[in-house]
Amino acid sequence: MTAQKNQFSEVPLSPTIDKVGVEERVSRFQTRSIKGPSKLQGLSMVLSMIDLTTLEGKDTPNKVRQMCYKAQHLHDFQEGLPTVAAVCVYPSMVSVAREALKDSPIKIASVSTAFPSGQAPFEVKKIDTQFAIDAGADEIDMVISRGKFLAGEHEFVFDEIAAIKEICGTKRLKVILETGELATLDQVRRASDIAIHAGADFIKTSTGKIQPAATMQVTYTMLMAIRDHFDRTGKMVGMKPAGGISTSKLALHNLVMVKEILGEAWLSNEWFRFGASSLANDVLMQYMKQMTGKYQSADYFMID
Amino acid sequence: MTESTNNWEYAPSLEGTSHIQLKKRYELFIDGKWVKPSSNKYVDSINPANEEKLAEIAWASESDVDLAVKAARKAYVEVWSVMKPSERAKYIFRIARLMQEHARELAVIETLDGGKPIRESRDIDVPLACNHFFYYAGWADKLQDAFPHRNIQSIGVAGQIIPWNFPLLMAAWKIAPALAAGNTVVLKPAESTSLTALKLAEIIEASGLPAGVVNIITGYGDTGAAIVNHPDIDKIAFTGSTAVGKMIQKAVAGTRKKVSLELGGKSANIVLEDAPIDQAVEGIVNGIFFNQGHVCCAGSRLYVQESIADEVVRKLKLRMQSLYVGNPLDKNTDIGAINSKEQLETIEKYVKIGINEGAEMFQVACEIPDKGFYFRPTIFTNVAQSSVIAQEEIFGPVLTVQTFRTIDEVIQKANNSPYGLAAGVWSDKGSRIFNLTSKLRAGVIWANTYNKFDPASPFGGYKESGFGREGGLHGLEAYLK
Repeated sequence: MTAQKNQFSEVPLSPTIDKVGVEERVSRFQTRSIKGPSKLQGLSMVLSMIDLTTLEGKDTPNKVRQMCYKAQHLHDFQEGLPTVAAVCVYPSMVSVAREALKDSPIKIASVSTAFPSGQAPFEVKKIDTQFAIDAGADEIDMVISRGKFLAGEHEFVFDEIAAIKEICGTKRLKVILETGELATLDQVRRASDIAIHAGADFIKTSTGKIQPAATMQVTYTMLMAIRDHFDRTGKMVGMKPAGGISTSKLALHNLVMVKEILGEAWLSNEWFRFGASSLANDVLMQYMKQMTGKYQSADYFMID
Repeated sequence: MTESTNNWEYAPSLEGTSHIQLKKRYELFIDGKWVKPSSNKYVDSINPANEEKLAEIAWASESDVDLAVKAARKAYVEVWSVMKPSERAKYIFRIARLMQEHARELAVIETLDGGKPIRESRDIDVPLACNHFFYYAGWADKLQDAFPHRNIQSIGVAGQIIPWNFPLLMAAWKIAPALAAGNTVVLKPAESTSLTALKLAEIIEASGLPAGVVNIITGYGDTGAAIVNHPDIDKIAFTGSTAVGKMIQKAVAGTRKKVSLELGGKSANIVLEDAPIDQAVEGIVNGIFFNQGHVCCAGSRLYVQESIADEVVRKLKLRMQSLYVGNPLDKNTDIGAINSKEQLETIEKYVKIGINEGAEMFQVACEIPDKGFYFRPTIFTNVAQSSVIAQEEIFGPVLTVQTFRTIDEVIQKANNSPYGLAAGVWSDKGSRIFNLTSKLRAGVIWANTYNKFDPASPFGGYKESGFGREGGLHGLEAYLK
């Protein structure tokens, strides 16, 4: 890569965050009225932004293949539905997904850097990442070293992200902050600023393994970091809330938040993703309700 | 990968009005009955969002006021002051519960009559009004505990005059503590926004409250003057403009009447350089644009520390772009209609003054409805302490922005006003907040928030913002001898 290397010393000071104020602001996004055509469009957008995810110790090639089929055929009874944006799997499953998706435009995202804990030697993290890319991953979802971050070794965290970004090259890098372990919104903001300046293409809330995960307060805080970075540099960074967003309503509230903070330019799967395993079917149910006027049972929407 | 279209608009979502019951014409509520005004004069109450007539309300004259005061006196002497306090509490609780049952109807009428967004009347005005009744109902039989070592005595008949910006809420602020302390009431709502007070009269009627304990009479300034000047009223409680407040103060001088006045303001909202900036921007927006800026404690004078001024103003302008201005009944609306044509003209007058003073104006370029009274959210930068727009109360969605260098300077500037109702302080540092809050001459000071109200918290001003406190125990004491 020829781009100049980012320096930790260039990460700007992070503003302080008042949690009560954030909660108040966030509650306002939940009162916007999304119904009729607006809801249908919103739901379709949500579907197209999903990173359909399976990240379990018990993942097998067959499980991944089935999920990849679902990713391309969300609900074939309804015409005009989008596919999801990507599937998200462990590095060991990338080649299976690649084979299953063939030349589908659906991206393959692979977690890496000793997901979910990140507690592995740096060399291992690099190998992990390179392995996923070699197997055909389009996107890398890395985790930051929360232990180091909480110990105050922010520069270490920065350098790690920058190094993984270098391995990624043109592949897009999502940086998972695991906000549930960072505890305060001030820390979330600091970690966001570090990740963005170290070269993250996306910042992502959570692994899905720790609760709380993608609360609206946390996503709001991260969106503000993206906003400030854009205002300062003119560069867009993507956002991916992951974990805990399992209903259409919550997903739509997230879109409202993106629209009002970052603007409509971010309302596409190039810049916004949902990391979710069970969201898609709830959205499909709501979508079909909008189309037919009737709620259908969950048994009419296939899990894989 | 399917590319989404980026353009995404919210669906208009108008709160239904079919469930509300408005009479064509409202009489005066005196002695538990609906009475025609002696003058037989009525005035139209219109919806400021579309200028359509909602109902006719009676114009009470001096003789109607006299009738109401007599009814209140009789109810005071014979019923209310001698009733067991625990019984009084039951009535007040009942009113609170009935208000909750009618919450949706009250919210819609409040929005129709006054122009405020349904989100606010539904989520703020009506619940708070109910809570005031609940709160004071709880005190009714605990007055001795509230004020120990005192001989608890009610005052008598209270004349209460309320403004148009929070019609139902102000009625609750006034009536609930008066009743809890054992007084009876003659209340006059503002002429442009009487409908929710009249709905409250219907609720009070349905609650079975003894006749004459609460009388609600409508009309203009002359009706209010008749209340102020009536010799058999023991206490005047007024919320409104400083000009009228001064007239009342003069009128009651030398009489036995107790007075509490809650008047205008030009409150300072102060952002220090270590503030949580994004939340401060929210607080600025909430401070000045809540209820179209028709708020006596609106944070209409913004002071930003110079080192962060550019960033705050930039973020404020950006945030203002995502405010929805329009039909107050739409649940998406953030900023509704200006309360009346007169008020719109006042706002326009001040904005002209601001431009002539050389201040730099920024207005959101949003569309506003053709009919009805609307004003775009507006801020003025490059404003000095001596600018007229930074001194006088505009009572609209217009903010002035000044910068400061040191904390001592901003304390001096914030206090350098004839008013002293409220203030806001934004800082991440507790010691700074305490330093400022102890030196600012304002009745209510918010730290890292703005426009927060609670029945348990007293509210009132310094200097030309009035005297006396409403809310909490302070508000209860104002209705005791």
